[in-house]
Amino acid sequence: MRRRRFLASPILLLATAALAADDYPPVVAGHAMRFPGDAGAHPAFRSEWWYITGWVHDADSKSFGVQVTFFRNRPRVAETNPSAFAPRQLLFAHAAIADPRYGKLRHDQRAARAGFGLAGAREETTDVWIDDWSLELVDDSYVAKIAARDFQFDLRFSSTQAVLPQGQQGFSRKGELPANASYYYSQPQLAVSGSVAVDGKGADVSGTAWLDHEWSSEAMAAEASGWDWTGINLNDGGALMAFRMRSHSGSALWAGGTFRGPGAASRSFEPREIRFTPHRRWRSPRTGVEYPVAMLVNLGSEEYTLEPLMNDQELDSRATTGTVYWEGAVQAFRGDREVGRGYLELTGYGKPLKL
Amino acid sequence: MHKAKVYALQVVLAGSLAQNKARSVLSVLAIALGVALGYAVQLITGAAVNELALGVQFLSGDADLQVRGPRSGFDEAIYPKLARLREVAAASPVVELDAKLADRSDTLKIIGIDVFRAAAVQPGLVADSADRLDHLRSDTLFVSPAAARSLGVDVGGSLSFQVALRAVTLRVAGLATADAHQRFAVTDIAGAQENFDRLGRITRVDLRLKAGVDVDAFRDRLQAELPAGLAVQRPEAGVKASESLSRSYRVNLNILALVALFTGGLLVFSTQALAVVRRRAQFALLRVLGVTRRQLVMWLMAEGALVGIAGSTLGLAGGFFLAQAAVRIIGADFGAGYFRDLAPTLTPAPLPLALFFFLGVVIAMLGSLAPALEAARAPPAPALKAGDDERAFARLRPSWPGLVTIAAGAIASFAPPIAGLPLFGYGAIALLLIGTLMLMPRLAVLMLSIVPTPRGAPSRLALLQLRGAPGQAAVSLAAIVASVSLMVSMAIMVASFRISLDAWLERVLPADVYVRASAAGDTAYMTVDDQARIAALPGVRRAEFLREQQLLLDPSRPRVVLLARTIDAANLTRQLQLVSAQMTPAPGAPPPVWVNEAMVDLYGFVLGSVVEIPIAGKPTAFTVAGVWRDYARPQGAIAIERERYIALTGDRSATNAALWLAPGAAVEQVSRAIDSDIPGGSRLEIAAPGEIREFSLKAFDRTFAVTYALELAAVVIGLFGLSSSFGALVLARRREFGMLRHIGMTRRQIGAMLATEGATVTGIGLVAGFGLGWLISLVLVQVVNRQSFHWGMELSVPWAPLTGSALLVLALSTITALASGRHAMSARAVLAVKEDW
Repeated sequence: MRRRRFLASPILLLATAALAADDYPPVVAGHAMRFPGDAGAHPAFRSEWWYITGWVHDADSKSFGVQVTFFRNRPRVAETNPSAFAPRQLLFAHAAIADPRYGKLRHDQRAARAGFGLAGAREETTDVWIDDWSLELVDDSYVAKIAARDFQFDLRFSSTQAVLPQGQQGFSRKGELPANASYYYSQPQLAVSGSVAVDGKGADVSGTAWLDHEWSSEAMAAEASGWDWTGINLNDGGALMAFRMRSHSGSALWAGGTFRGPGAASRSFEPREIRFTPHRRWRSPRTGVEYPVAMLVNLGSEEYTLEPLMNDQELDSRATTGTVYWEGAVQAFRGDREVGRGYLELTGYGKPLKL
Repeated sequence: MHKAKVYALQVVLAGSLAQNKARSVLSVLAIALGVALGYAVQLITGAAVNELALGVQFLSGDADLQVRGPRSGFDEAIYPKLARLREVAAASPVVELDAKLADRSDTLKIIGIDVFRAAAVQPGLVADSADRLDHLRSDTLFVSPAAARSLGVDVGGSLSFQVALRAVTLRVAGLATADAHQRFAVTDIAGAQENFDRLGRITRVDLRLKAGVDVDAFRDRLQAELPAGLAVQRPEAGVKASESLSRSYRVNLNILALVALFTGGLLVFSTQALAVVRRRAQFALLRVLGVTRRQLVMWLMAEGALVGIAGSTLGLAGGFFLAQAAVRIIGADFGAGYFRDLAPTLTPAPLPLALFFFLGVVIAMLGSLAPALEAARAPPAPALKAGDDERAFARLRPSWPGLVTIAAGAIASFAPPIAGLPLFGYGAIALLLIGTLMLMPRLAVLMLSIVPTPRGAPSRLALLQLRGAPGQAAVSLAAIVASVSLMVSMAIMVASFRISLDAWLERVLPADVYVRASAAGDTAYMTVDDQARIAALPGVRRAEFLREQQLLLDPSRPRVVLLARTIDAANLTRQLQLVSAQMTPAPGAPPPVWVNEAMVDLYGFVLGSVVEIPIAGKPTAFTVAGVWRDYARPQGAIAIERERYIALTGDRSATNAALWLAPGAAVEQVSRAIDSDIPGGSRLEIAAPGEIREFSLKAFDRTFAVTYALELAAVVIGLFGLSSSFGALVLARRREFGMLRHIGMTRRQIGAMLATEGATVTGIGLVAGFGLGWLISLVLVQVVNRQSFHWGMELSVPWAPLTGSALLVLALSTITALASGRHAMSARAVLAVKEDW
């Protein structure tokens, strides 16, 4: 029998934001982020995610990428229904391993409505879970437990640096309209420890990861069809983030980025200071979609070349959500020198992101 | 010698089939009718049951286990507990109910799911939709294509349901993907809870287990931990439970169809037996010419097989068309109401096809077996001579096998049911019938010796002829006795049932007006306010309210009905038709419940026993204080005092009300007041006891319509057999008639002789058939009905229609005898006599 899953991808959630948003709180400038409260869920907003991407290596020093993402969504349906099942808050989770030895992503996903203690997202601090998948902030570490179909994570992501608010003190614009914005902060240079088991074989791993926590109500502009995003942990302890929103024609509608040198204050870039230039393209043999898997990213005067850990890091969820995107581990080069490692996200290349 | 040779060749080449076209055609038709009826019944009920199973399979998807409970559901708090169990890979909560459609008399099955959980367990329930949020909205639903068709609703349209007395309207957001033909609609579980007053309750949790978990071992462990009234079962168990509700009915129909086939076999027997007698000389000649006994038997059996093959082929084709017509006209359950939500497609499967083909052929061959053996056994030399016909049936005469068979039947009637089916009961009927047929020649001799010898020459001759050669009449007698006894027994059974039902209805409807929230479904009810308003209506002197619930006592059976009603222990017999003594629980003993007969048969709830009934999730002990008759709930029903039920559950709602009117108040006046004074009152169904009685008896007649039809078929086939055997008998006696004409009897006198013979034989058959029919009806009422449907009834004999039918059969057989005689005498007397030499 055909198995159909009802899941949403991050893209789908953002795309929903293009619809009416009367009752969702607006995202406004000048909101001071306070922790640990802002590390928790913001259930009034339309969508929210905790997005961890990282590079780890096992005892053989083989590197591979790991990704753990929890999404929260308020669909604004059945909100007056007194039922304990009323789907006021939805939770989704994706987890993936990008291992060049396997050649493509291993990934799995979960979806549930909040309730009965089986799935939920606490407001006090980061604590979000769906059944036996969970992400929790314990002291200064994010603890991720993922029991996927053919792999398991039991990972600890420990803070080594201060929180990095994106945009203007965490107010991150996504388009010309002030309403197209999100609250957004990152935690770069997370120290990874724990174990990853694939097909029942466990291995202790360590490495470096990046966390994004972002919540919004109307982040995506109506004319946007997708975005490119990257977050890189620089080898010297620095961090850089850059994104651009693309129009249906592929041109940049908006862009944003932040750079923080080791021990230095962070610097935000204006949209005009940021450029993404496809460097090499790869066509998925499964979906026929072409992605710019290697990218030149210009941030002010600096230029970085992003090269993927492997070409095939396409996350195909057509059978489930109808969306296909690319979410992959990349190395950042300046010239020939590797200066950092992180993730690149390429959305909206298959078809415009629409519900 | 030349003539004999030609004759022999003719026999061998063409056989009696060609020689006797009309009768062969009749035999073929009889087999065809039996096969057609049997196959049609099997095809229809088989398709309906198969559809039911497919539906359950489809709706439960990949679930390994299902946790079920009372029809009205159980506390949703059990769901997270189940979901967290180590062995459980996915748990999908379901709210399933039959929602009463607001503007129609029928219901629609509503399946409330959590789309995220269902995706992992019952993916088939997750429909495709343009707007995914429609899966989560509380005011949308997805209807199955079958439901959309039958309700005439399209995507974008809406459906209104009756909840309590309100109407709730939901938008049709899309079509549920459905591989099954079931009518149902899928909606969000939160919406189902809110819209259909099920907040806090769910009706099912479907579990998919982790790989490697021993399903049965886990089920046993889990069952031990579940609250009272909940059961965990493999999904197939649900199929069995819903199947079992209609199983007795289906089996009874199948048996009736087989009876038609059996009488068809009897017809083959009578035709062949007389053909053998008639061709005795020919067979003897063949034997003389070198044909062995074995070859002769094979040849005659092949003739039977030929009849069987032709009949079966015709019957299977006829059965298929019959089934199609029946499904179109009266529905898959022959109007009995067992498969309301199904519209099955009839697909001829190879196995039943082969089975019924085989049955038809085997029965036709069995019908030929005794005559064939008889023909082979006859020594050729005497058989070549005339007047030896009588010897043919000499072997049928010893009486002890018949007596033993009847005794075995009597013993079998005392045996308990097998797997809930009265198989021994049917066996007993078959044995009684066969035993009586075996005894018939003896009985015929006995009865003929009692009949005084009449004066008139033709009648005198007739009787002497019968006395002298009773064996010849035995075949005719078998046909009469079989069909008459079946007719009589069915008539007695149906009449007993109908009269008992009528008496019961009168007893259980003592009030002046009956009100119910809806005819069907789980969603309509009267709130406390509604009840107060109804009780306070002008003209209403007294109002009693009843709450109907359904409890799961045994997961392999359908739920039993719990009736929470006002019970006046002092005047109990006025409310319930008790068939047991009435007892009062001893001080300190658990409180009383009153159960119907089915509870005694199925669950062993005998009078005075202390039983445990799960009410509101708590096992509660009760004393069985009485057993009452109930023709409405063969799955079992328990009556409990309403106050006690409210104390246990807090549920004050009611599904039915009985109203006693003040003197001078009219039913119409109260009915109008309910319409105008009660909010939503126009949705209540109001009926006077007379209407309910009328309606119930109509439903009864509809259910038994198929029974009547099958019974009629059996009788008609039996009468064919009668005419066939008479005709052949008379033909075989052409020489005798020729002789009688020679010694001066007129044709008229011979006609009178034949009519007397016919009437006498038929009379004997009627007497024996009535006796046997009465015996069989006893088995039908006391064993078959009791074991199938778990209800008792008083035996009553419908004398008038039975006497009428008896006279009809008598007249028909006399006319048949006369007609056959006329045909026989059309040959010239001289030739007829010459035939011998």
